[in-house]
Amino acid sequence: MTEFVKPSIEYFELWPLLVVFGVACLGVVVEAFLPRTLRYPVQVVLALGGLALALVGVVLVAQDVQTYEDGAARGILAVGGTIAVDGPSLFIWGLVLALSIAGVLLFAERHLDGGVSAFAGQAAAVPGTDAETASIAANREHTEVYPLMVFAVFGMMLFPAANDLLTMFVGLEILSLPLYLLSGLARRRRLLSQEAALKYFLLGAFSSGFFLYGAALLYGFAGSMDFAAINEAVRNDVGSSSLLLIGTGLMSVGLLFKVGAVPFQAWTPDVYQGAPTPVTAFMAAGTKVAAFGAIMRLYYVALGADRWSWQPMLWIIAILSMFVGAALAITQSDIKRLLAYSSVAHTGFILTGVLGVQASGQLATGEISSVQAVLFYLATYGFATIGAFAVVGLVRDGGGETTAIDRWAGLGKESPVVAGVFAFFLLAMAGIPLTSGFVGKLAVFSVALAAGAWPVVVAAVLASIIAAFLYIRVIKVMYFDEPVGAGPSVAYPSVLTATTIAVGVAVTLVLGVLPGPVLDLAAVAGEFIR
Amino acid sequence: MTQYIVLSAILFTIGCVGVLTRRNAIVVFMCVELMLNACNLAFVAFARQHGNLDGQITAFFVMVVAAAEVVIGLAIIMTIFRTRRSASVDDASLLKY
Repeated sequence: MTEFVKPSIEYFELWPLLVVFGVACLGVVVEAFLPRTLRYPVQVVLALGGLALALVGVVLVAQDVQTYEDGAARGILAVGGTIAVDGPSLFIWGLVLALSIAGVLLFAERHLDGGVSAFAGQAAAVPGTDAETASIAANREHTEVYPLMVFAVFGMMLFPAANDLLTMFVGLEILSLPLYLLSGLARRRRLLSQEAALKYFLLGAFSSGFFLYGAALLYGFAGSMDFAAINEAVRNDVGSSSLLLIGTGLMSVGLLFKVGAVPFQAWTPDVYQGAPTPVTAFMAAGTKVAAFGAIMRLYYVALGADRWSWQPMLWIIAILSMFVGAALAITQSDIKRLLAYSSVAHTGFILTGVLGVQASGQLATGEISSVQAVLFYLATYGFATIGAFAVVGLVRDGGGETTAIDRWAGLGKESPVVAGVFAFFLLAMAGIPLTSGFVGKLAVFSVALAAGAWPVVVAAVLASIIAAFLYIRVIKVMYFDEPVGAGPSVAYPSVLTATTIAVGVAVTLVLGVLPGPVLDLAAVAGEFIR
Repeated sequence: MTQYIVLSAILFTIGCVGVLTRRNAIVVFMCVELMLNACNLAFVAFARQHGNLDGQITAFFVMVVAAAEVVIGLAIIMTIFRTRRSASVDDASLLKY
């Protein structure tokens, strides 16, 4: 048995993580001790302040990180080698924090639904009973959503930075558990919301079971939980290769479930539709960023030497995700489900980037590495998604949000600004030039081509065409179809949602016209510590 | 050593089949817990085989995570049961297409 060594904790580098965790715990205390009227302002300020402080921390740490040992990557291994604070981690931390600040703004929006937020007045009250009516009459709302959300942000930061299997599992669960609860807390259409929570929870727990068993088998193969040690074991071909193969496969199930890749996409449309729209916006953007960070770290760092066994699997899953996502999105009649299937297709596009050439040493000048391409794509996708879902929250009728696509007919006349902004986000998702989506797609396609994955790229281009058709169909409905009945109405948001949408538009436009700075930033992020 | 791994694989498979075939959300959830416990057994057995403590420590963490998952899971299942008077996963079918 090995001697126990007390890990040293690098407080400066872990500052962003610790701030987020501390703010979440503080949020729980606020919930317990402050009177009901004070909770909303205090929680919102606390969450916003904490996330902004953490974002500042990320910038400071990023300026300070030094080259790690052999010089290919920058950063350090913290807490006894369990958390890697390296370039990609910091980029993802910054992205997740920026997206979650936008998420808090959406959570705090109270103008759309007559002075209350999108969350249930009292989640424990059974729908349709006196208790529920009383909670609505009293204008109650759950303010626990802010600490829950900040806990999820903590998970999203820990998950991609984890440098061993155990930390990765713990990060996965911290990210998932609050999201299961948040999806069940909608104020309106509570049956759908509760059903979404149940489905997300059962399937999520099921998939994390697979993840954990895969981790157990990889541990059995390598004799260590550490990614570098697993890589070493793969290189030296010690241990049973069947343990390695089955372990890789089972862990992939858990990770690909989180990003909603085909064939693990079944939960995506149901949860995206049932969850309160602010939660959907936050979850769709944040989870995908965090989970792709973790996917890249596991595949590149721990299983990089075993590339030939997982690459063919990712080829197939990428192609399937793109086609199934795009094809099923066309058949949808609900805008949130449509965006959910489009996110499945985007998972396929991002996986195309994951297949690319990884080490910058193998690249010709001017080519970009796959980490850089995927990070850039995640930035473009995250902001377009959170903006699009924020717009979905604005289009309403008497019963709350109007998510049926045919009820959106005539939105272009009703509110040219809202329809225009939504059309812009859809064009970005379709990858039309001068939007961020175009540069993102170009980046992931070119890294996949450089790695020789041309069949995937051909499939990706074809799937992009199918996907473009579906986005343009929605734009046609908004502008050219005759409205049904009274047509859609647009609720005027407060400055909170307006800020989120404006940031989404600005980032999508700037990344499309001037992608250079962010591409450079992703290049500076460099590689994972191996 | 192999026997323990085989046993854990059998437990994992029972849990997995249970999740896929049972209708009651509570039983489905119990089967998920069975899968996690199968993982624990595998971790402890491999820890013994490799002669280091990583696997045993992981087992402790997994227990804590499983406990947290129970809290969240039962809360969600309770809410849906109180609403629908049924914990069957087949009844929750409003969200489709």
